[in-house]
Amino acid sequence: MADVALRKVVKRYDDVEAVRGIDLDIADHEFIVLVGPSGCGKSTTLRMIAGLEDISDGDIMIGGDIVNDVPPKDRDIAMVFQNYALYPHMTVAENMSFGLRLKHYPKAEIKARVTEAARLLDITDLIDRKPKQLSGGQRQRVAMGRAIVRNPKVFLFDEPLSNLDAKLRVQMRIEIKKVHQKVRTTTVYVTHDQVEAMTLADRVVVMNKGRIEQIGTPNELYHKPATRFVAGFIGSPAMNFIPCRLEDVGGTLQLRLTDRIAFALPPARAARYNALPRTDKLLLGIRPEHLTESHAHLGPGVETFDAVLDVTEPMGMETLVYFGLDGTPVCGRVDPNAGAKDGAPMRLAMDLNNMHLLNEETGAVL
Amino acid sequence: MSSVTIDKAAPTRTVKYGSMSRDRKWALRWSYFFLTLFAIFSLLPPIYMLITSLKSSAEISAATNPWWVFHPTLENYVGLLTSNQFLRFFWNSALVSIFVVTITMLISVPAAFALARMRFWGSATLATGVFLTYLIPDSLLFIPLFKVFALFGDWTGIQLINRWYVLLFIYPTLTVPFCTWIMIGYFASIPKELDEAAIIDGASWFQTLTRIFIPVALPGLIAATIFAFTVSWAQFLYPLVFTTSTDQLVLPVGIITTLIKGDVFNWGQIMTGALLGAAPPLIIYAFLMDYYIAGLTAGATKG
Repeated sequence: MADVALRKVVKRYDDVEAVRGIDLDIADHEFIVLVGPSGCGKSTTLRMIAGLEDISDGDIMIGGDIVNDVPPKDRDIAMVFQNYALYPHMTVAENMSFGLRLKHYPKAEIKARVTEAARLLDITDLIDRKPKQLSGGQRQRVAMGRAIVRNPKVFLFDEPLSNLDAKLRVQMRIEIKKVHQKVRTTTVYVTHDQVEAMTLADRVVVMNKGRIEQIGTPNELYHKPATRFVAGFIGSPAMNFIPCRLEDVGGTLQLRLTDRIAFALPPARAARYNALPRTDKLLLGIRPEHLTESHAHLGPGVETFDAVLDVTEPMGMETLVYFGLDGTPVCGRVDPNAGAKDGAPMRLAMDLNNMHLLNEETGAVL
Repeated sequence: MSSVTIDKAAPTRTVKYGSMSRDRKWALRWSYFFLTLFAIFSLLPPIYMLITSLKSSAEISAATNPWWVFHPTLENYVGLLTSNQFLRFFWNSALVSIFVVTITMLISVPAAFALARMRFWGSATLATGVFLTYLIPDSLLFIPLFKVFALFGDWTGIQLINRWYVLLFIYPTLTVPFCTWIMIGYFASIPKELDEAAIIDGASWFQTLTRIFIPVALPGLIAATIFAFTVSWAQFLYPLVFTTSTDQLVLPVGIITTLIKGDVFNWGQIMTGALLGAAPPLIIYAFLMDYYIAGLTAGATKG
């Protein structure tokens, strides 16, 4: 086991910079998730750590040693691929032991390690089957088993759950977490699914256009996003961004959303935003769960307004409501018993204690 | 649109057939018609060969129904199989084919692996180039090739012309490009992650080839083997040009040169020789055909 460090790592394909100077420190035992939309450079970054792609610039260190020119087999890493990449002509046991057999481990030890990994992953019964006789979830377990038996310094996962159906994905997510709790190997996990990122990671690295947007624990990213991209990417349904501006009305700082709707900011927020120029084009970032139905006992900093709902989506435990504010589509989450109906007006409450204010031009969270 | 009601085994169901199934039915009828036509067309010559091989010379030249054997005899078979000359041709053909298949596979499998997987400067152009060489017909190549071997003999004193093993140098010019091309296709269909997984598992390029690619691409390998064998077994022009002594001849040339004496055609033995000569490829096809069907890559990746 080891720590991993990336120092100003760059990947260029001809003229295109896929990864633009990444700095990242991954601690020993840590579970890091690289997340971002397709083409953001997350898979390329993982493949560079694996040694499957050369790096154009910078350094990659595993366990303190620079591995820029070390071939994959000597980096002591194991990788799980999106499409499993099991050797089709080998049984489960042969698949798992392939790496050990290449390194001429004693037979007894190979058997012990395979048995142990199979037990850990609950695939002991499948050990003599060929990959084509396995379901998708079983294949993914075998792929993980192949990584575990090697007992590498670092696990690399490249979108391992993307080929599974939704239910199995949730199940395997939990399995991966359990396995990591047991083996504690440093893990780098790539996904485009922010739910996977949030649930699995010790720390999440949000990437966009070849750069790191923000690194943080799932809670930090959710509650304190640094940029508009992170704010919009993490959380489902996504955060609403409503154009707004600051106004001084009778000594209090107000947030004006539309001609009709303006809210006085709670004191803590007012103090934080008071220094901002009033002319700046701003965006109010508010998550759907902070836009709920209005009720009698609203706390301080919760403001109400009326909206005509365009569409409602009953989800069971909540109902998502969609409406427009001066043409900006907005989503809220209300109680299923609040009586939300398509096309009907509704009184909604906005919790400004959980608001974010963003600069529309730079995308920075203020 | 019409609907047809059919009774199936209990529970009885009513199934409506639309025009799709009527189209399909007609398509099937036409395909059976043409397939039958094709089968008759291609099976008639071997059947005629078989019939003729069972006749005596007298019966062949007699004005009777040529599609029937009135006095079946095995004299042609006995004659050929006890002739040392014929057995020599057979032996030469077998030697040449086995060596050519081996040489071809030893060259084209690693070549295809390199061209399909190792990205290097000019690899794509080289892959196309390899295939282009296959497009040059042997009737165009045999004169320059003959000249090359003659010059080689003059310069080095090593005489290859009129030795059966000269064919081991010539046949691969036909088999290697095509087999390489087939194998490139098969190797390219193997998911990239499979070799990446092998490389991370610690395999060298050579181990990736022998322990992953060859087993996974076995159907392709067999297809290429069959092709190389068939080409070298049935090749006529090159052995006709490059070998002349009867002890150096291969089967197709041997039959023609020894069983046609002047204007006398020994039809019975020619047909028998051709039939016996067609047997080994047939047997090989029969044994290896099953491997074609096996979808060996199934289960490698998602699905």
